[in-house]
Amino acid sequence: MKNKLISLEDAVARIPDGASILFGGFMAVGGPTRLVDEIIRQRKSGLTIIANDTARPHQGIGKLVVEKLVAKVITSHIGLNPDTQKQMIAGDIEVELVPQGTLAERIRAGGVGLGGVLTPTGVGTTVEEGKRTVEIDGKTFLLETPIKADFALLAAKQADLYGNLTYALTARNFNPIMALAGATVIAEAEDILPVGCIAPDAVMTPSVLVDHIVTARPR
Amino acid sequence: MDEKTLIAKRVALELFDGDLVNLGIGLPTLVARYVPVGRHVFFQSENGILGMSGPITGAENNDLTDAGGSPISALPGAASFDSALSFGLIRGGHLDVTVLGGLQLDEEGHLANWMVPGKMVPGMGGAMDLVTGAKRVIVAMQHSAKGESKIVKRCTLPLTSVRRVDLVVTDLAVIEPTDSGLLLKETAPGVTVEQVIANTGAELIVSPDLRTMPLEG
Repeated sequence: MKNKLISLEDAVARIPDGASILFGGFMAVGGPTRLVDEIIRQRKSGLTIIANDTARPHQGIGKLVVEKLVAKVITSHIGLNPDTQKQMIAGDIEVELVPQGTLAERIRAGGVGLGGVLTPTGVGTTVEEGKRTVEIDGKTFLLETPIKADFALLAAKQADLYGNLTYALTARNFNPIMALAGATVIAEAEDILPVGCIAPDAVMTPSVLVDHIVTARPR
Repeated sequence: MDEKTLIAKRVALELFDGDLVNLGIGLPTLVARYVPVGRHVFFQSENGILGMSGPITGAENNDLTDAGGSPISALPGAASFDSALSFGLIRGGHLDVTVLGGLQLDEEGHLANWMVPGKMVPGMGGAMDLVTGAKRVIVAMQHSAKGESKIVKRCTLPLTSVRRVDLVVTDLAVIEPTDSGLLLKETAPGVTVEQVIANTGAELIVSPDLRTMPLEG
């Protein structure tokens, strides 16, 4: 089996302008820091980014917004990044706000081959607008559609050379869910280990989902 | 005692041994400080942990944070998980209590707490899932803001959920939304029923068992 470790430059060179990208991370914790910086260096633009939040202006994917590389964001929270709000009001960036649990399940649905999810969250609120509702056992649910993307960029604690991944504590968040929903999955790992060093029970994302790994440690 | 401490202390009495509890940002976070002695409560942070506790200086870890990205610590028995499981706990009825701040609360017990159109559009984050899915929803907020009651006949701000919240604790009163309307159950120490009514923009039903707000468990 081939070694999936590639250089940071090569990894990002695979991303075309206008790509849709799922980013792991929650307020930049568990987000792929070096991949973000390399996207900025290579000036990939017109991106659609899907992530829990847009972090802060000079943190994590918040930097992509500040650098004006983003055309659209699908996210649950932009409150701590005034740049996202400013660009949204100016009409420079399209923002789709999704309740956090719904966002997780829409991405999961996309990754596991479901046609959508039925959730009670958002029923009777502005989130319901334009969506179908379904009654089940007398209870109303919103039909929320799956989300997939061209790329998923993840941050892992450990990766082996096949691409098996582990995550640490709250840095796990959206990463393992997004690993299923990106057509190409690139993981930035703190520790890169020989195959066999991660025990089967410890693997949180199996290698078959991961296309490329890069190191999170600058050379 | 300042108003926020009073609210936090009163809310803390609603938490019981073994409860799984999610505290919203701001005022609700203070509740963790006042959990009565002898009650072991699991606090969840929706970014993926239950059993969180305050940070330990010198032991901050970049991979162990709260939903705002600030360092926390974890207690024995803590568990970490991904966002789908985290919201599975919230939406699936496994979360005993959520304590959230509020912008408006109305006579039907509907909460608005996530946006002010044209002014503040932070996104709902986890609030809609929390209010929809928690077994018990407690709103912890100041009774009024800028001289206007936050308790109103009908919310004019976009709702967080159409689920009726279970309890509202303010600096003036404890109010329970019921089928027949907002039931005034407790007044803060030194506050009269008349003062609560005068500061409330909605109809209140005064409970026959009205009492002064207890602050110690």
